[in-house]
Amino acid sequence: MSVSLDPPLATVRQSAVTARTVFTAGLVVVLALVPVYALATGETFGVALFTRTVILAIGAVSLNLIMGYGGMVSFGHAAYLGIGGYAVGILAKEGIGSGFVQWPAAVAASALYALVVGALSLRTRGVYFIMITLAFAQMIYYVAIGLDRYGGDDGLTIYKRSDFAGLIDLNNKIVFYYLCFAILLASIFVIARQVNSRFGLALRGTRSNERRMRAIGFPTFRYKLVAFVISGALCGLAGALLANHTSFISPAIMHWTRSGDLIVMVVLGGLGSLFGPVIGAVIFLLLQEGLSRVTEYPDLILGPILLLVAIYVHGGIGGLLEGRRRG
Amino acid sequence: MLYFLEQCLNGIQLGMLLFLLAAGLTLVFGIMDLVNLAHGSLYMLGAYFAATFATLTGSFTLALILAVAASLIAGMVLEVIAIRPLYGRDHLDQVLGTFGLILLFNELVRLVWGPEGRTLSLPPQMLTAVQILPGVHYPIYRLMIILATLAVAGFLYALVMRTRLGMLVRAGASNREMVGALGINIKLLYTLVFGLGAALAGFAGVMQAPILTVQIGMGENILILAFVVIIIGGIGSIRGAFVAAIIVGLIDTIGRSFLPDVLHLVLSNNAAQTLGPSLSSMSIYMLMAAILVFRPEGLFPAASR
Repeated sequence: MSVSLDPPLATVRQSAVTARTVFTAGLVVVLALVPVYALATGETFGVALFTRTVILAIGAVSLNLIMGYGGMVSFGHAAYLGIGGYAVGILAKEGIGSGFVQWPAAVAASALYALVVGALSLRTRGVYFIMITLAFAQMIYYVAIGLDRYGGDDGLTIYKRSDFAGLIDLNNKIVFYYLCFAILLASIFVIARQVNSRFGLALRGTRSNERRMRAIGFPTFRYKLVAFVISGALCGLAGALLANHTSFISPAIMHWTRSGDLIVMVVLGGLGSLFGPVIGAVIFLLLQEGLSRVTEYPDLILGPILLLVAIYVHGGIGGLLEGRRRG
Repeated sequence: MLYFLEQCLNGIQLGMLLFLLAAGLTLVFGIMDLVNLAHGSLYMLGAYFAATFATLTGSFTLALILAVAASLIAGMVLEVIAIRPLYGRDHLDQVLGTFGLILLFNELVRLVWGPEGRTLSLPPQMLTAVQILPGVHYPIYRLMIILATLAVAGFLYALVMRTRLGMLVRAGASNREMVGALGINIKLLYTLVFGLGAALAGFAGVMQAPILTVQIGMGENILILAFVVIIIGGIGSIRGAFVAAIIVGLIDTIGRSFLPDVLHLVLSNNAAQTLGPSLSSMSIYMLMAAILVFRPEGLFPAASR
């Protein structure tokens, strides 16, 4: 079954002031002010939590590019987090600490992997596509477990964060947070430009009706592949950030449930909207964190929430804010 | 050679287990067009039910029967409450909803049974090994799993191919709307099929419980293997699931036991010991990717798809 949730093929940018716009703007302001609040109150745990949230939001944004705009449901996106993370970890272990090498390597490795996986997977569609992306991610997962030199199943501690020759100090939590935040905003900006360009329109047209797009002369396979590679590269960058954030990388980051988390974030926030994945990531991770503070059994509440959103809400939380409902 | 034979039997035993999971998954997928990530949770529930009933009754056989019955009921209740609204919806919604169910079930089990794992012990007469060929001894329990699953497979075959219910199931797989239009109670049929799948998953959980530890999240990795099986076999095809399950079981087990030795020829012992199992796990996914690339509908595509 093909994915068909079509906002009209108009410009994605929203002009009218809706509850959703207000909410999104408020969210961006809150995210921008997190370190200020932390500095004022001295509570630094929040910064770590929000850094993680912002990094995973980048991953969700990258997934949304192919899933929301291209109709390609990748159930293996956590693999890119792992590849980006392992690129940083392995280079650090081998004595190459420069971020100018590590980060491009993370992006390049993810892009290359996405190119191979995309070239093979895009021959299938629907559920088969979901499953083949999952299969490739599982392969990478087991490759990481088999990396004896780099910790195997136990993972690899990264003793030094990426070094940017004194330009940016990643050891400073506030600086690191703002770097992640800036990358998030930049990636949303780039994707906003992309989806409204000729390339993006062709991609969205392909999601709506691939046969018709082919009939009018678009090489749809190539468009989808390019989007797939961009998405993978961006998520690989998020992986490099995540490895720097936790100073640790292990196969667990690529477990299929992590890919599920990313899908949940995108669907929760609203598929195919620019800030939807950010909303989804923030709500999902904060809910997880908040619930685990008030109850010993957080998933007892989180699980049914996800189920209810899947059943009753069309277009995720973003759709809820716009008053779209189904039931 | 004898060791190889034993490993083949182990592979078939794993394959049988995968078949039990995959059969339910492929029916639900093929007939209701539902991606059910929570299928592994029913497997986990079956194992926990069995551990509890075994403690209560002191009998493995009774525990097995009660646990399968409990899984059947749990599955039907789950279908009516949570699954029914997800039919006919986008696959993404189904992934989101059933992913939520995984979280819920893991937490429920932690709440009811606690975070520690359980073990399920076998009656003493099951612990021995039998001589299946001159010089080849094989644990009787693993043999029992193979035979029991073959019996279940036979029962399923008879049910699907020879009964009225099976006829409806097959008709539902090829054209849902038409079956509904002919006045069949589709809702009831779906609940029954889902319950049947849950009972099979629970049965698999019970059978596996004495071999592994019963623990939270035990269904998650095997669920993915079961998905691999139904994709390789062709969605909706029980026969395909049976063949693919045995292939996957054999590849996984044989790779796991022989790849380290093969790799040891070129690598250090340590590296071979880590790389071997991971390579054999990978080989299953490589097989699936290859099959999807060359035969995108699986080995035994169901007729109408």
